[in-house]
Amino acid sequence: MIDTASSTRSVRATSEKLALYRQMLIVRRTEEQLARAHAQGLVHGACHTYVGEEAIAVGVCANLRADDTVFSTHRGHGHALAKGVPPRQLIAELLGRAGGCSHGRGGSMHVFSPEVGMLGTSGIVGPSLLMAAGVAYAFRLAKSDRVSVAFFGDGASNNGAFHEALNMASIWKLPVLFVCENNQYATEVPFVSVAGNADVGARGNAYGLPSVNLDGNDVEAVFDAARTAVEHARAGDGPTLLACTTYRTRAHSEGMRDAGYRTREEVEAWRARDPLKRLADSLEPNEVESVEREIQALVDDALEWAKSSPYPDPASVLDHVYDEAPHA
Amino acid sequence: MRELTFTEAAREGLAEEMERDPMVFVVGEGIGARGGNFATTVGLFERFGPERLRDTPIAERGFTGLCTGAAMAGARPVVDYMFFDFALDALGEIINQTSKIQYMSDGRLRMPIVLRGCVGIGSSAATHHSGSYYSLFAHIPGLRVVAPTTPRDAKGLLKTAIRSDDPVVFMEHRSMLALRGPVPDADADELIGFGEACVRRSGKDVTIVGIANGVTLALAASETLAGEGVEAEVIDPRSLAPLDIDTILGSVARTGRLLIVDEDYAPCGVGAEIAAQVADRGFNDLDAPIRRLNTRHAPIPYSPPLEQALIPTAPTIAQAVRDLLAE
Repeated sequence: MIDTASSTRSVRATSEKLALYRQMLIVRRTEEQLARAHAQGLVHGACHTYVGEEAIAVGVCANLRADDTVFSTHRGHGHALAKGVPPRQLIAELLGRAGGCSHGRGGSMHVFSPEVGMLGTSGIVGPSLLMAAGVAYAFRLAKSDRVSVAFFGDGASNNGAFHEALNMASIWKLPVLFVCENNQYATEVPFVSVAGNADVGARGNAYGLPSVNLDGNDVEAVFDAARTAVEHARAGDGPTLLACTTYRTRAHSEGMRDAGYRTREEVEAWRARDPLKRLADSLEPNEVESVEREIQALVDDALEWAKSSPYPDPASVLDHVYDEAPHA
Repeated sequence: MRELTFTEAAREGLAEEMERDPMVFVVGEGIGARGGNFATTVGLFERFGPERLRDTPIAERGFTGLCTGAAMAGARPVVDYMFFDFALDALGEIINQTSKIQYMSDGRLRMPIVLRGCVGIGSSAATHHSGSYYSLFAHIPGLRVVAPTTPRDAKGLLKTAIRSDDPVVFMEHRSMLALRGPVPDADADELIGFGEACVRRSGKDVTIVGIANGVTLALAASETLAGEGVEAEVIDPRSLAPLDIDTILGSVARTGRLLIVDEDYAPCGVGAEIAAQVADRGFNDLDAPIRRLNTRHAPIPYSPPLEQALIPTAPTIAQAVRDLLAE
């Protein structure tokens, strides 16, 4: 059954709303900091920002425990931050520094921080679903009540990994959330032009999963749907698909030409539905300003910290290819 | 010492490790109540139940990716592909994820997973059920590649593979599954380490390195050659990544001649790698060029005469040695 969960949004305290707003703002300001750093040549590789999609990572991760885990995508900074990677460590990673969360091994698309349950952003579209199902399998085998999450985009929902993962998670009732961030373009290809059935929630139902179609720019709606799905998984009742509609307002990747596939009017229309702006409208302006100052200081410090972090030692380049020292 | 078949020995090793560690589980098609197409899990479903002997959909990419995730979270999956040809559907997962997670996480995540299945030509299985893929996987950093040739090794190496925190590609040649041989008692808990070659036959005239069934064929050829007064030394590397090149170099230092027999293809293969390393480090010990005998560079055909025309055999190995001695 497909619900439209935004109509069932629960009443919540101002402090809870402010916490969600604060976390979304950490993602937004960190991404803007990274975009500037990229333009200045400080980021050595690719940088795909999450601007416009913050409500999804934040709404889902606010329901997770520290020992729950997430797998992410090439657009994964928001998931890392929402799961607890400090902005300092994320920015340092994109700057290729030893202080980065992957110690300079990965950059934007290989962000690992197992300490906080962040099991990787990815340069390949699709595998996050399979690996999240596998982590859920291990949680079950260990008789724990931990929950595993896969974030992925509309592009991945056309990949075989999506279909194989949903099917296996369904037949084995694995404690996993599949969170589709349908930003409507698979890189620059419109999803509707490459989807035989563009209703992602219906695809979940096809495999017997409870599936919810959501306004992905409404953090409270995402939060409520994720809470239900997490409780469901923790209780041993199996997986859920959350199909969130959203929009990325910056280019696919920083520095790339953002034209020829969408109109300026379309981008502006989605900017008007900005998830931060929507939540801020229900908060006190002085509270919003106070959080704004706090987070700006946080990300300013994070960039300075990252710039002062040393580059990794070249002598460490062969470390950890294997569990033990490499054989000759 | 008691005797078991290769399959029985490997299965006993699997059962011992499943008994020892509740996080070991097996996935594959028909490995549950049925016990596996190649009898890899007969009797285990009754002992360990469906969560640890998990029959899967036919979705090699899917269950390989799933098991990769499970290994990141502390489980020890054994992926039973039946035929290793089927693992090719999962190459993206194996090469992009399984092999790289330890490095990309800078050693904070481990990858204790075993990828096992049958390889090898025989029984007119034709091209989708006959492949050998040692070189393909040995090329990739982060993977261990193992090819046992005796029942004792099948058990001891599989136990090591399951306890290893590295991903292990475990290839079992079809021609060996029914082979009987001595295996120590279960309570011996014998583990055979990776990177430890075994000299299967000693000889002074020529070194033959065999990969998997290449060992069996080389031993048969050596008997023929012994009748002609030629004593071949036969080396079984047992694992190809890591590769025990020192044992091979030591042998070549005594014999001065090297033939490598490998049912996988020659170009960019394990044999080419061994030849390059021996040429690099053992050049002054060589009295003749290094020779390779491989399956000829074509897909594997069905009809027995075509199949036989493609692969190394005991007579072609014996002839290759005679040619090498004439150099």
